[in-house]
Amino acid sequence: MNVIIMGCGRVGARLASLMDKEGHQVTVIDLDPNSFRRLESSYKGNALVGNGADAVMLRRANIQTADVFLALTQGDNRNIMASQIAKEIFKVKKVICRIYDPLRQEMYAEMGLESLSPTIVFSDMLKNMIEGKK
Amino acid sequence: MYVIIVGGGRVGYYLAKALLDEGHEVLIVEKSATVCEVINDDLGSVCIKGDGCEASVLTQIGTGRADFFVAVTGDDEDNLISCQVAKHKFKVPRTIARVRNPRNEGLFRVLGIDVAISATNLILEQIVEEVPTHPLVHLLEIRDKGLEIVDLRIMHEATTIGKAIKDVKLPANTLLLLLVRKAQQPVIPDGNIVLAADDQIIALVEPRLEADLRKAFQGG
Repeated sequence: MNVIIMGCGRVGARLASLMDKEGHQVTVIDLDPNSFRRLESSYKGNALVGNGADAVMLRRANIQTADVFLALTQGDNRNIMASQIAKEIFKVKKVICRIYDPLRQEMYAEMGLESLSPTIVFSDMLKNMIEGKK
Repeated sequence: MYVIIVGGGRVGYYLAKALLDEGHEVLIVEKSATVCEVINDDLGSVCIKGDGCEASVLTQIGTGRADFFVAVTGDDEDNLISCQVAKHKFKVPRTIARVRNPRNEGLFRVLGIDVAISATNLILEQIVEEVPTHPLVHLLEIRDKGLEIVDLRIMHEATTIGKAIKDVKLPANTLLLLLVRKAQQPVIPDGNIVLAADDQIIALVEPRLEADLRKAFQGG
């Protein structure tokens, strides 16, 4: 699979390294070149410096041939905008967007954007742990 | 009318001022407390501190009854998302977003923003209009019809000089509306009129055929 990951933070870098290890073609995009140090030393994929919420940058990352696009930067709005470009302009089959704000996540999910709110997921998990559920 | 403006920078400030002068109800949402204070001192209590992308903030200021929602922060992502929230969650009938990167102008329209305005493109067009060597200038875009009105100039090197208009092969669906010639009354272009240097032609054309139209009149 051809995977593009926008945002090389802890989650982005870890996911990129995992997917790369499994033999997928991975490209990470981040505004900060220093962020690429988080990638494992064995990482063989591409790393591009730039703004993933920009169609020209995405084209440089070969988004036309991408099977999956993930938006994992710290900015909800940046993630949403980049995901919409990937989905609506480049018609990427699978687009997954991280949105911290639960209300915003709910709205974009209603609009058909596949998205995850770490805030919801993690607080639900914690609640279950407190209550002794799995 | 009730107009909500996101972003209290220069554009937001002067827009609010103009709308207030016309007697409209205006509210600015601005992230910076200091900017808010300055605006409130200047224009009266019209600015609240908050994030214009957050549904809770937009609920608090009654976005549901807004007639217009205008996002003019310096950040394209914020402008896009706040307009989308206003449109989908609060059903605001008309959303207008400022676009910093001209590339995003078309994108915003695809993503459901009613009007996307790129200051860069506006300034460029204005400058191009003032440069006499440019053979084609945009006058008006008729967005919902997919048409535009342009001003064509017959340059001195055009190979169509001396040819009748009817011999110029126009792109499909192009209408010539007006011919303006120095020191003459403007006329509706007639097929028999022979083109001369410095003629100005006002034409209606589909934007995608603009380059063909320019070529048709410049020849070569």
